[in-house]
Amino acid sequence: MDIAVIVQILDSTLRLATPLLFACLAGLISERAGVFDIGLEGKMLVAAFTAAAIAFVSGNVWIGVAAAILASVALSLVHGLASITFRGNQLISGVAINFLAAGITVVIAQNWFRQGGRTPSLSGDARMPRLTLPFADALRDVPLIGPLYSGILSGHALLVYVAFLCVPLTWYMLFRTRFGLRLRAVGENPAAVDTSGVSVTALRYGAVAICGVLCGLAGAYLSTGLSAGFVKDMTAGRGFIALAAMIFAKWRPWPALWAVLLFGLLEAVANRFQNIEIFGLTLPVQAMQALPYILTVVILAGFVGKAIPPRAGGQAYVKEH
Amino acid sequence: MSKPGKLPHWADVTLVPLASVALAFVISAILIWAIGENPWAAVKLMVDGAFGSSYGWGYTLYYATNFIFTGLAVSVAFQARLFNIGGEGQAAMAGLGVALVCLYIPWPHWSLALVGATLGAAVFGAAWAFIPAYLQAKRGSHIVITTIMFNFIAASVLGYFLVNVLRPQGSMDPATARFPSETVLPKLHEILRPLGIPFSTVPPVNISLFLAIGMCFAVWFMLWRTRLGYQIRAFGESEPAAEYAGISPVKITIYAMLISGGLAGMMAVNSVMGEQQRLVLNAVEGAGFIGIAVALMGRNHPFGVFLAAILFGFLYQGGAELALWTGIPRELIVVIQALVILFTGALDNMVRMPLTRLFAMRRAR
Repeated sequence: MDIAVIVQILDSTLRLATPLLFACLAGLISERAGVFDIGLEGKMLVAAFTAAAIAFVSGNVWIGVAAAILASVALSLVHGLASITFRGNQLISGVAINFLAAGITVVIAQNWFRQGGRTPSLSGDARMPRLTLPFADALRDVPLIGPLYSGILSGHALLVYVAFLCVPLTWYMLFRTRFGLRLRAVGENPAAVDTSGVSVTALRYGAVAICGVLCGLAGAYLSTGLSAGFVKDMTAGRGFIALAAMIFAKWRPWPALWAVLLFGLLEAVANRFQNIEIFGLTLPVQAMQALPYILTVVILAGFVGKAIPPRAGGQAYVKEH
Repeated sequence: MSKPGKLPHWADVTLVPLASVALAFVISAILIWAIGENPWAAVKLMVDGAFGSSYGWGYTLYYATNFIFTGLAVSVAFQARLFNIGGEGQAAMAGLGVALVCLYIPWPHWSLALVGATLGAAVFGAAWAFIPAYLQAKRGSHIVITTIMFNFIAASVLGYFLVNVLRPQGSMDPATARFPSETVLPKLHEILRPLGIPFSTVPPVNISLFLAIGMCFAVWFMLWRTRLGYQIRAFGESEPAAEYAGISPVKITIYAMLISGGLAGMMAVNSVMGEQQRLVLNAVEGAGFIGIAVALMGRNHPFGVFLAAILFGFLYQGGAELALWTGIPRELIVVIQALVILFTGALDNMVRMPLTRLFAMRRAR
């Protein structure tokens, strides 16, 4: 394997990790506030469709991104309505949102564009431009730094860098701000937060809305950055991989980054090679595809460090009278 | 908000699901109208396509058979307050079980093959549910997450077996060889002919329909007439109380999930053995997930599951007709399914609250 192939794989690792990272942080914030969200997949899918459709119609990708965020937040609010206001089952609500997204994107896409449930392919300003980092061209031929900086880090869409910036931002918000402290408290012991005079409902809606914004970015990057248009079911389980990464990272932002990079790398390798030879053993491509899920089960089983979710996760808060 | 009291039991089991489904249908009708089609014409087309001929009935009942199995599977787990989202993966693995039984055992007659395939399906489905069940019971790993993960793992395992192991030589298609003719199950028209009832020969509805109906009775008997069923329901009602009464949470979690996985698996008898006669990729086609909607609508009772499965069978067959004759894609059914899940499973309080107030008002008068 030569250096060019490695650079290529690491380059696509960053691309593939980006939607996972947005969605993973989205789920992390929601679950830290005590609202389970298995509807990440659905929100990403609706956002991916909205971004592509609006970007195509308006010819401007950023209008598409804004619309995607609105659509994703709208679904978040449905989830909030079910799980916070009406104290329904959060998991069932998430399942419903996933199906709603899977169905409605195709129905509307087919009705709107008549291309078998996809949007026309995007080009020009309707796609996310790739940024060249400063000095990337000048440094291209420098050994080691050249491939690393110009080959891997430079040349991605803006949202890739935004996603990675979201990691320290999420960390800061959760662990260094008053809002973050309350948000974490509401996921562990909502009664205590309520007693101190802070609205549990408002905090949880806030977390769910942030989750919606991040899922919107994830979906928008998927259809306008990673590919050039929306196709049916294009999230292809990424929302669940993000969920897996969140558990893998035990609901912490920095480990979430390493988890999505690992899962992004696995996807990049699986895309590049069909079967991999390791120590004379042939590893089929399906094993690579299943690995994130298997690792998550192993982590959940607590054989390699225990993953403990926020204590009040999944429970609606009922005010005492 | 004043406390409106409780809804009578009969209203809770009939009016709440009916109102939820009505809401789901109203929103779907609005969606159909919004994309420029006529909702009334769509409903007529669907009813006609699903119930207007024995051809339509045949498909409706074929789909319903799948949904009875997966609906019962989700219900049994729900009774123990376990949410088994893994029906899809369990049914996929059961397809592998059915394929192995049908391909590698020389069956002399379909009736014996049916018994063998049912056992194979149930064992494979239950086995795939066992690991999440064990991890939930022993290690406290959240069963919803593990069963979701196992759905994806099942898809990869199945993909590996179909591409690398079971695919006949020279075939490009990731599928097994056709099952031998001795394993072909009798279709409904063959069963009805001796009784003098004419029935369309086209639809794939087969003897598994009766297996599904039998399972409804078996699940009812198990839940309400056996000690295990009592323990499952008690555990679902209150885990601490059940534990105090000497019911082992580990045992109940594992038993309930094994039964659930086995039931989900049995749908492979209908789809893999009864229809396709070979195992293909994605043979389950989302039926495992529809089981969630069916169980929620059927209030986790086998009779309710039976009715809800017929309704979803109608939606599937009607939806196919709709996609054939109008510009409404099949995915509309997925939207309706999502809305049913949303209103019956997550927003049920939104439906229940006004109903409860209505009843309180009537009582006051």
